[in-house]
Amino acid sequence: MFDDFFSRALIAGIGLALTTGPLGCFVIWRRMAYFGDTMAHSALLGVALSLLFQVNLTVSVFLVAALVSVLLLLLQRRQALSADALLGILSHATLAIGLVMVAFMTWVRIDLVAFLFGDILAVTRADIAIVWGGGAFVLAAMAWLWRPLLASTVNAELAEAEGLNPERARLIFMLLMALVIAIAMKIVGIMLITSLLIIPAAAARRFSATPERMAILASLIGAVAVVGGLFGSLHYDTPSGPSIVVAALILFVASLLPYGRKHRDRAGATSQG
Amino acid sequence: MSFSVSAHSKPLVTLTNAGIRRNGRWLVRGVSFSVSRGEIVTLIGPNGSGKSTSAKMAIGVLRPDEGRVERASPFRVGYVPQKLSVDWTMPLTVRRLMTLTGPLADAEIDKALDAVGIAHLAAAEVPHLSGGEFQRALLARAIARKPDLLVLDEPVQGVDYAGEIALYKLITTIREQTGCGILLISHDLHVVMAQTDTVVCLNGHVCCRGTPDAVSRSPEYMRLFGDSAGRTLAVYSHNHDHTHLPDGRVRHEDGSVTDHCFPDDGHHHDEAGGHIHAHQPGPAHDHHDHAGHDHASHGHGNPAAAEGGRHV
Repeated sequence: MFDDFFSRALIAGIGLALTTGPLGCFVIWRRMAYFGDTMAHSALLGVALSLLFQVNLTVSVFLVAALVSVLLLLLQRRQALSADALLGILSHATLAIGLVMVAFMTWVRIDLVAFLFGDILAVTRADIAIVWGGGAFVLAAMAWLWRPLLASTVNAELAEAEGLNPERARLIFMLLMALVIAIAMKIVGIMLITSLLIIPAAAARRFSATPERMAILASLIGAVAVVGGLFGSLHYDTPSGPSIVVAALILFVASLLPYGRKHRDRAGATSQG
Repeated sequence: MSFSVSAHSKPLVTLTNAGIRRNGRWLVRGVSFSVSRGEIVTLIGPNGSGKSTSAKMAIGVLRPDEGRVERASPFRVGYVPQKLSVDWTMPLTVRRLMTLTGPLADAEIDKALDAVGIAHLAAAEVPHLSGGEFQRALLARAIARKPDLLVLDEPVQGVDYAGEIALYKLITTIREQTGCGILLISHDLHVVMAQTDTVVCLNGHVCCRGTPDAVSRSPEYMRLFGDSAGRTLAVYSHNHDHTHLPDGRVRHEDGSVTDHCFPDDGHHHDEAGGHIHAHQPGPAHDHHDHAGHDHASHGHGNPAAAEGGRHV
């Protein structure tokens, strides 16, 4: 079945969605949506550097995204500018530098649109191996990191006082984010990576009573969005990456519909009791 | 050197002249106290006086910029921070909150929730709780860990008066049953938990320390709080040798005014012994620069005073 480009796209997309679910939950809980966007935009600089130095694309994108996240942490500590201003500067600066560098390299011809919006229908067997192998590694690391990361998301000082290491958890989480961005770039593209992190997790919130349930649901909703988006793109002949995002958005909007009113009332009554 | 009134054993944690400096300003300085197993120490002081900062030094979240914090061999901390908000985007039930920093058996969770009186809320989502219910949930989480040191930063905030008495009774019971040390932070300057062994009053430094007087010995407070409260709450009479002026400067007992205030500036009581010595008025007190002060020139009759104030 891997011979068919559409099957390959489905398998790669589902693998990626399963990986982004739990990470996306933390992006929402830690209010890092713009942070994730900035790391994703820096991926284009990674692309340019990979072409310039003839190194592996995924490795180059991972290193640049990781570097940008560390740089952000250091700049935030100086408190010279607000976090959102810093994010805005780094986000667009890395994107612009990447575009300029690519323009200078007249000897290479690359399809910029494929990097910006992804080309999931062009994934190879090697890409599938990277998505599933990298995804399995990220999920295993998240399982191992879960308690300290969750506790420090609720309150870093509480986590530290009770023997956990919030700083280390945050750093490892940043590196995992960089890895996921490197993996996801080819599939949904630089501009749409964050949506695959945030939208399925946001859609899962409504139906979750615990953080663990929200993480698993986010993975599943993401997978459904990938399947729906790809079939939609096949049917309506629309671009695949944006179609996946639109499918995720439809699921999110559906999660907001008020059919779960009964559940909410019961929760409200419990808290007053 | 131990400042604790009732040292049951080797202290779990000892702060010696500890201070935290941020952006060129001392948040708190010259803080000395210790907490032993089975001991309740209450930190009181106005807002911004460094109570939470001192507690964070004690549990190792902040490292002192001066002085020392010594901890007994690794011990388990149960912490109720002053401010904790669970983002509504995170689904968190009370039951899940209990195992936030470490695994717990179901029976232990139920027991702790029952002890604070919110067993019926186990399945409720944390953002739906009222302020008082949330404080109880946090307290339950901290005690379920069976900590050696329980650090409670304003645990009765948002709890009504009857609830406050109930929580103080619970804290006393926890101490009796588990023998843990308790570091309690209170915003109330005059009324503290009756079972407190040591009260430390902070305002950027240790202003005074002592033991609370039972409310039952003070007829006015008895009338105010009632009989039941009389066994739970106690009155703390401050014994300050200086006044904090609105502009941040400090007026000492001898009438001199200085920019700030810390133990070895020579203006203070002998903290180790709690005895009040008479300052000899002299030109040295009009100095604003404490660095040049010499203890001997103040005529402390007690060598321990100079000893107690020296930086380590």
